[in-house]
Amino acid sequence: MVSLRGVFKAYNAGTPIETEVLHGIDLTLLRGDFCAVMGPSGSGKSTLLNIIGLLDRPTAGSVAVCGEQTTRLEDRALTRLRGHSIGFVFQYHHLITAFSALENVMMPMLGAAGFANEAMRARAAELIDSVGLRERQHNLAGNLSGGQQQRVAIARALAMNPALLLADEPTGNLDTHSADEVFALIRRFNQEHGTTVLFVTHNPALAARCDKTIQVIDGRVSA
Amino acid sequence: MFEPWLPFEWIVALRFLREGRLQTVFIMAGVAIGVGVIVFMSALLAGLQTNFIRRVLSAQAHIQLLPPKEVSRALRGGSGPELEAATVQPPLQRLKSIDQWQSVAEQIRAMSEVIVASPVAGGSALVLRGSTSRSISIIGIQPDLYFRIVNLDEKIVRGTTRLTGSDILIGIELASDLGLDVGDKLRVTTAHGGASALTITGIFDLGNKGVNTRSVFMALHTAQSLLGLPGGVTSLDVTVRDVYAAEGVAQRITAATGIEAESWIKTSAQFFAAISAQTTANTAIRFFVGLSVAFGIASVLVVVVVQKSREIGILRAMGISQGQILRVFLVQGGLLALGGATVGCAIGAGALVMWHSYARNADGTPLFPLVLDVKLFAVALMLAVLTGLLAAFAPALRAARLDPVVAIRG
Repeated sequence: MVSLRGVFKAYNAGTPIETEVLHGIDLTLLRGDFCAVMGPSGSGKSTLLNIIGLLDRPTAGSVAVCGEQTTRLEDRALTRLRGHSIGFVFQYHHLITAFSALENVMMPMLGAAGFANEAMRARAAELIDSVGLRERQHNLAGNLSGGQQQRVAIARALAMNPALLLADEPTGNLDTHSADEVFALIRRFNQEHGTTVLFVTHNPALAARCDKTIQVIDGRVSA
Repeated sequence: MFEPWLPFEWIVALRFLREGRLQTVFIMAGVAIGVGVIVFMSALLAGLQTNFIRRVLSAQAHIQLLPPKEVSRALRGGSGPELEAATVQPPLQRLKSIDQWQSVAEQIRAMSEVIVASPVAGGSALVLRGSTSRSISIIGIQPDLYFRIVNLDEKIVRGTTRLTGSDILIGIELASDLGLDVGDKLRVTTAHGGASALTITGIFDLGNKGVNTRSVFMALHTAQSLLGLPGGVTSLDVTVRDVYAAEGVAQRITAATGIEAESWIKTSAQFFAAISAQTTANTAIRFFVGLSVAFGIASVLVVVVVQKSREIGILRAMGISQGQILRVFLVQGGLLALGGATVGCAIGAGALVMWHSYARNADGTPLFPLVLDVKLFAVALMLAVLTGLLAAFAPALRAARLDPVVAIRG
């Protein structure tokens, strides 16, 4: 599903202020894996997630996602692969406030197809229902609570039925109850659909509930 | 919910505009004011210029063909070594006819730009009433042709425009000076020795005191007889379809016929220069108003890009391409311009109607004709949309090139 070989990432490469964040990462994730990613702040967890999620390119090394070598793909191809195969959930929900909960979930499908259709709406409604927000599906994103917004973000991340879900501290801003709900949702999708999940967290209790934990310390990985 | 016929970019653009509705309303108002000013000024200037030109050209031809002037040629002596010092005096200009004027007139009428070519026999004369005399300018015409150049029917204040062999039309000032009215007889004499007693059939007002005092109209053959020009004409008066193209047509007539043709543009050079200067000033004003509209749209969209940068990052993360992001902002620019321009056209049209109601001549008639040309509004809308798209391009490009990682992190 995901394979990183000798991945380095440096910012301001080739300048006097070059900063190497990832040092020779080797990592393999299989289909259905549910992995926690832990590490101190600034250790490179988000950078690792951005590279796996094809939002950023490594300075050196190779990245394969869903069997496709991505290092030499141009931006358009990366965008298409990302849109179809990878879902993101961030610490801040980042819903588009101009749209309702249902419309936010439809957004990835609408962007891929170009025009809306009934099948899209039905799939979005099913996902909204599966995260327990059927009564709030027509509320604007800004009118939902933090936990509700994060659940909508999860539904949106799963709209294209991605093979890989990257969650960067999705419970970091939530109370314990909401955090548990969100974690349970992601876990359920992992178990029901075989979605591979990378779950970045500072919470050892949540990490313990994952299948395995990847430690990122000073830009290096140990599983 | 999303309309199935609206593309993704339009859905997002419309929703972003609706979300920031105060911003949207303000920028649209700015565009509307700019477009309203442009529409109002363009239509006002066009109406005033059309009216002015109509008034000036309603009493004269667009082009006039004249016979060549008399020139003196010095007679040189033999081929000896002596030098002559001669003073060559310019000759008197006698009344001359245009050579072969009938075929020249036919040649001119065959040109597609020409509407009418009318022969005129004109010259100086004296009019006598009792012991009083006045110098006049005779204008001998063929009414069926000449009235298509100067519509004397509209200018008649008393009587008719009937012009048989013994009829004459005089101006209102001349009639007042000599105490004349319709039906009175008038004796006309010329330096050539011609004399005739003519009956006044109509009194006209051409809007110009000098013309109303000096000019008289009579049948062509009557004038030819009085002026000693049997079968001849002193000018050919021509009207063309496009008055602004008159100078070009005049040059083509001269080239084709060999006869000097003068257009109103040349003879009224100062007037035409004033019109051109007015048009240039108007164009400059419209350009700078358009520029400020463009900068207004661009500045608003730059702000929107900053406000929406995190959302742009999220859209990019979920697979929306740079091209799609670019189009979202281009559509916003186009819609802001279109919406504002539509309101602006309505404001401009309303202002024109109001101006037309209030701006009146002393006699209560409108200052100028109100012409709401659909083409003006269509061009204004198209140019506004184009301006909006161009103005949106830089902010749209910036949005499309945002690094999603940086944008999401904020």
